[in-house]
Amino acid sequence: MTPAIAFDRVSKHYGEARTAALDDVTLAVAEREFLAVVGPSGSGKTTLLRLVNRLTDPSEGKVRFQGEDVRAQDPILLRRRIGYVFQGVGLFPHLTVVENIGITPKLLGWENSRIAARVDELLALVHLAPEYRGRFPNELSGGERQRVGIARALAAQPPVVLMDEPFGALDPLTRDALSKDYRRLHETLKLTSVMITHDMTEAVLLADRIAVMHAGRVIEIDTPRALMAAAKHAYVRELMQTPRRQAERLGALLSERRP
Amino acid sequence: MLALTLYSMLPVLRNTITAILGVDPAVNEAALGVGMTKRQALFMVELPLALPVIMAGIRTSAVWVIGTATLSTPVGQSSLGNYIFAGLQTQNWIFVLFGCVAAALLALVVDQLLALMESGVSRRRRGRVAFGAAGIALVVAAALAPSLARPPGAYVIGAKTFTEQYILAALIEDRLRAVGLTVSRREALGSIIVFNALAAGDVDLYTDYSGTIWANEMGRTEVLPREQVLAEVEKWLKERHGIALLGTLGFENAYALAMARKRAEALGIKSIADLARVAPRLSIVGDLEFFSRPEWAALRNAYGLAFAAERLLAPDFMYAAAAAGEVDVISAYTSDGRIKQYDLVVLEDPKRAIPPYDAILLLSPKRAEDSTLRDALKPLIGSIDVALMREANQRAGDTTRKETPADVARWLWSRIEAKPR
Ligand SMILES: Nc1ncnc2c1ncn2[C@@H]1O[C@H](COP(=O)(O)OP(=O)(O)OP(=O)(O)O)[C@@H](O)[C@H]1O
Ligand SMILES: [Mg+2]
Repeated sequence: MTPAIAFDRVSKHYGEARTAALDDVTLAVAEREFLAVVGPSGSGKTTLLRLVNRLTDPSEGKVRFQGEDVRAQDPILLRRRIGYVFQGVGLFPHLTVVENIGITPKLLGWENSRIAARVDELLALVHLAPEYRGRFPNELSGGERQRVGIARALAAQPPVVLMDEPFGALDPLTRDALSKDYRRLHETLKLTSVMITHDMTEAVLLADRIAVMHAGRVIEIDTPRALMAAAKHAYVRELMQTPRRQAERLGALLSERRP
Repeated sequence: MLALTLYSMLPVLRNTITAILGVDPAVNEAALGVGMTKRQALFMVELPLALPVIMAGIRTSAVWVIGTATLSTPVGQSSLGNYIFAGLQTQNWIFVLFGCVAAALLALVVDQLLALMESGVSRRRRGRVAFGAAGIALVVAAALAPSLARPPGAYVIGAKTFTEQYILAALIEDRLRAVGLTVSRREALGSIIVFNALAAGDVDLYTDYSGTIWANEMGRTEVLPREQVLAEVEKWLKERHGIALLGTLGFENAYALAMARKRAEALGIKSIADLARVAPRLSIVGDLEFFSRPEWAALRNAYGLAFAAERLLAPDFMYAAAAAGEVDVISAYTSDGRIKQYDLVVLEDPKRAIPPYDAILLLSPKRAEDSTLRDALKPLIGSIDVALMREANQRAGDTTRKETPADVARWLWSRIEAKPR
């Protein structure tokens, strides 16, 4: 089966920068896979996503979307087929919640009634009460904005969703609920999802595979279980310590309290 | 007006560009990311977000344009400035106040209407936008109405920026109306502006002074006898511009030296030649430009004038200062009403050192041969001597009388008619 997204020896140099933002990356995301991308700040995670929907183009190598070189596709149409949750949300401040969510369907020329029905569906999906419909982004909390951002990415029923730290601003409870909700959506809508996160536990709990980036390279990519068990790189082992330690401590705490 | 509009576009344009460049790059990226074309991003995201800054630019420009347009009277545009300038000249403070307040109100109203449109656009309330737009349209229509309402065949009478000119324009208007012509006036025009307007046919007639044409338009500096200057001015106007010099009104409004009557009699001074003998013991006050004008140089050369003290003073205070004996000699305009009011004497100029400033009626090229016009104006030729003009100016300048220039013009006409010919 052709992968939904494939990177073939992709490098990216921004302008005159000496070091590459992305350095010879080869990677495939299968249809219906949920891939988490982790790595330190500046390691090239956002760049990786932007290459898929052609917000930027590679300096070397090829990016394929559903088997086809993205350079051969119209970037506008491509972007309308890919849901994107921006790092820092990027809602349009002059549009209401409803208009923000309905933007891509509108660009695609959907009928108003269909857009309205779809927006209602999405509001329910991200647990936003109908009274939020007419609000402007500056009238929302950070978490509410992120939910609108996710709803907007899903609006045009894209087969692939790219998310750049989508749950960053949420409180733990909501974060947990929303990420679980999203994972359920991922299943029911048969999506292919790529999610950047700094939260290792979240990556481990949600993703089918985790790609660990470092200095523009994907240094290791595997299932959470495999990475937890035996990571090759010291940095990855270090990363995987966090969720494991948390799990161990929690386990210890819970057993102590048992009567 | 066109110039103003274009000029005011510059800050608007600059603001628009700054505003668009100032839109958060993350929002721009999102616009592309959700699948907008560059064009859609511009119209759906960048322009709406830049709107407040753009509107701020437009509002600043609008207020600025209203301010500038108000002051555009001396370059020949009718505006609220007409009230201000006319009021300043005739010391009609109600007019000045009205002009200023109206201009300020207009600026405020336009600013608020634009603000309404802005909030309407950004909150997408059609009603507000429509209301604001309708309001602006109304203001524009009201602003343009006077210039559109001017009857096409009307005779346009020009006037410069001082009282005497207002009186003469009103006098001419009454004469033309008396023979059934339609008339409109354009007042408070600068010297050069009104002359150019006459040459171009935007103004049909006005009163100028031979010395002004001689010096300003012809660029001549030498002082020649009165008749010779008149003849040369007439010839030059005809040949160069096709402007007709219909005739002189009968008085001069020239620079002159004046003294309090008592003081002049006590010193036995009648002419500038007499003055020159005692001048080293006397003081002189000139208006702000007098000592730098060719008239002053000519006077000093011709009579060897030298005073103990030379000072500058605004014209409004000079006459009173002479009357009060604070100063011996002042520069004056020969037809100024305050000469009579303060009982001053104008010193004779036996050597004719000061160029002549005969009041002359000028007709635009288009109206040069207009016999109806010429006939209507004929009674005015040679009909106003300097004493009569002074009295008229004094009446108009006397704030206790509350007479408008038009009232004074009617009084002046009654005196002209009464005079035996
Ligand atoms: N438009 C750009 N122009 C120049 N350099 C850029 C640009 N975008 C990113 N970079 C550089 O490329 C490198 C990778 O950036 P990228 O945004 O992909 O990092 P990231 O992994 O998403 O980091 P973070 O976790 O902080 O979001 C960084 O060194 C960054 O400074
Ligand atoms: Mg990033």
